[in-house]
Amino acid sequence: MKVLVAVKRVIDAYVKVRVKSDGSGVETANVKMSMNPFCEIAVEEAVRLKEQGIASEVVVVSCGPQVNQETIRTALAMGADRGILVQSDEELQPLGIAKLLKSVVEKEQPDLVLLGKQAVDNDFNQTGQMLSALLGWSQGTFASKIEQQDGKLRVTREIDGGLETLDLATPTIVTADLRLNEPRYASLPNIMKAKKKPIETIEAEELGLDIAPRLKVLNVSEPPARQAGVRVESIADLVDKLKNEAKVI
Amino acid sequence: MSILVIADHENDALGSATLSTLNAAQQIAAKGGGDIHVLVAGKGCAEAAKAAQTLPEVKKVLLADSEEYDHLLAENVAPLVVKLAEGYDYVLAGSATFGKNVLPRAAALLDVQPISDIVAVESGDTFVRPIYAGNALSKVQSGDAKKLISVRGTAFDAVPAEGGSAELETLEGTGDSGLSSHVGSELTQSERPELTTARVVISGGRGMQSGDNFVILERVADKLGAALGASRAAVDAGFVPNDYQVGQTGKVVAPELYIAVGISGAIQHLAGMKDSKVIVAINKDEEAPIFQVADYGLVADLFEAVPELEKALDQ
Ligand SMILES: Cc1cc2nc3c(=O)[nH]c(=O)nc-3n(C[C@H](O)[C@H](O)[C@H](O)COP(=O)(O)OP(=O)(O)OC[C@H]3O[C@@H](n4cnc5c(N)ncnc54)[C@H](O)[C@@H]3O)c2cc1C
Ligand SMILES: Cc1cc2nc3c(=O)[nH]c(=O)nc-3n(C[C@H](O)[C@H](O)[C@H](O)COP(=O)(O)OP(=O)(O)OC[C@H]3O[C@@H](n4cnc5c(N)ncnc54)[C@H](O)[C@@H]3O)c2cc1C
Repeated sequence: MKVLVAVKRVIDAYVKVRVKSDGSGVETANVKMSMNPFCEIAVEEAVRLKEQGIASEVVVVSCGPQVNQETIRTALAMGADRGILVQSDEELQPLGIAKLLKSVVEKEQPDLVLLGKQAVDNDFNQTGQMLSALLGWSQGTFASKIEQQDGKLRVTREIDGGLETLDLATPTIVTADLRLNEPRYASLPNIMKAKKKPIETIEAEELGLDIAPRLKVLNVSEPPARQAGVRVESIADLVDKLKNEAKVI
Repeated sequence: MSILVIADHENDALGSATLSTLNAAQQIAAKGGGDIHVLVAGKGCAEAAKAAQTLPEVKKVLLADSEEYDHLLAENVAPLVVKLAEGYDYVLAGSATFGKNVLPRAAALLDVQPISDIVAVESGDTFVRPIYAGNALSKVQSGDAKKLISVRGTAFDAVPAEGGSAELETLEGTGDSGLSSHVGSELTQSERPELTTARVVISGGRGMQSGDNFVILERVADKLGAALGASRAAVDAGFVPNDYQVGQTGKVVAPELYIAVGISGAIQHLAGMKDSKVIVAINKDEEAPIFQVADYGLVADLFEAVPELEKALDQ
């Protein structure tokens, strides 16, 4: 089976983001960028499927500006075979990205598309579901386990009450949750090898799709800061404060 | 102008998310959004629909009780939402896993960019939502004619479950897509209150060292009527099930009292609990970042402090 993985370049999950003083967004200049952690998990799963002989080819796609090539290279160093950059310097929102990904899917004809369940910058948690809808495919969101079951994919999902297992008709869309796997670090030889793997560029504009943003950001602000409180010396002190000061117990 | 709220429910009762989503719907209605209808879809969910009829300010309850809505598979529920959406300007759902799974799917079919996880209603087309794990708030204006919105439960108080008398309309099923089927569920059984709506939450992190050690937190939870939560590290280590996870990518909670035990306070964890009214941290490392958001911080070994807390609560 052929696997397509969608990856996103985001501000590194461990960077403390700063809101710009003019309220136009968050500071991105000189900030460490990385592959979205959930996309790393998606790439890892695809590479494992290949190592198990289940996947025949792993293709990685990213939508956005030229620098997204770096993110694609990271995925290639993890073991993906080739990359596709859907080039756009415009602001993209999940609906637009889903449309771009759909056209890549139509061209590549994968049996499985893996995405992250959410991107840690905009936290939308939408793209996979929207792509699945546009294709009229099944969807296994928030996956913590994927197994192949004659012609179907059996996916265990993390839901509010615990876990749920679904059988999905293929081709299908799966979005990765944290516990699907632990992504590997690319080894130096693999990073070198990845430099020679092909990345094709498609101009988003040439696909002729309506990808204009539908949401306009009016303002980005900092949430009210929490004041650090006090240190208590003992449990007795703590219980006293909770009872008599905070009055919560 | 009208608003459709997709109910979260467990067949015989409404889920708590429905009550806070309805609060957001009422705010939109007050800004000219029109009548509020509630959709209860599922199999054997007539009781939940009955409960929805008593919700305040709800004009109509739509009951779609049919085989294909069993387990609320997104592939089957989304077409129903799309069909109904024709008659509404707004479709709202809670940001629980059900809403997150279904709403974007329906939105794509309607060519709408949904707005996830709103925490405030500014006007009929402008909403506030957290980005970057809650480190920034983004005020966005939607240019879509229809608006599909998921609502963060902790940001809107639950409305009372009484006071209304909505009419009931029964809908035909929209059929089985044949794309997916439910194999099984492993739901966590607990006598404790639900994590996202509990008045008190006590959470354990990697510092707990094992799942067995969570017993000491359970004893405190029993005394306080608290729900149990955990950091991602504790879930990844297999101490507790996934549905305990609090944080950016787990559950968001805002109880009256949140007690973090053996949790360092990574931004992804803070994203899920920093709106709690009172935060207590118990950690042996006085430099742990959790202390920067804690109202009351105790630097102590949790294996001594927690049993002591349990005893102190008896007095
Ligand atoms: C209000 C607003 C303002 C924005 N401002 C900017 C801006 O200033 N600059 C800018 O560059 N972008 C901007 N964007 C676009 C934004 O960064 C995201 O690319 C887009 O909104 C997708 O959201 P998400 O990643 O949170 O989606 P999610 O649905 O959370 O993403 C889930 C998964 O979808 C896949 N995916 C998401 N994006 C891509 C992608 N680009 N390529 C391939 N796969 C992908 C990944 O597998 C990811 O794990 C803005 C978006 C919005 C809504
Ligand atoms: C994409 C992404 C998403 C994530 N989503 C989430 C999320 O939703 N929720 C979440 O929680 N995390 C999330 N994380 C993980 C997060 O970054 C942290 O790794 C995690 O929260 C750490 O958990 P912890 O505090 O239990 O463990 P640690 O950081 O290891 O902290 C353990 C703490 O226990 C203390 N301790 C140890 N022994 C004792 C003792 N005997 N007595 C008292 N104190 C003791 C230590 O001093 C330490 O502070 C996410 C990370 C990424 C990259």
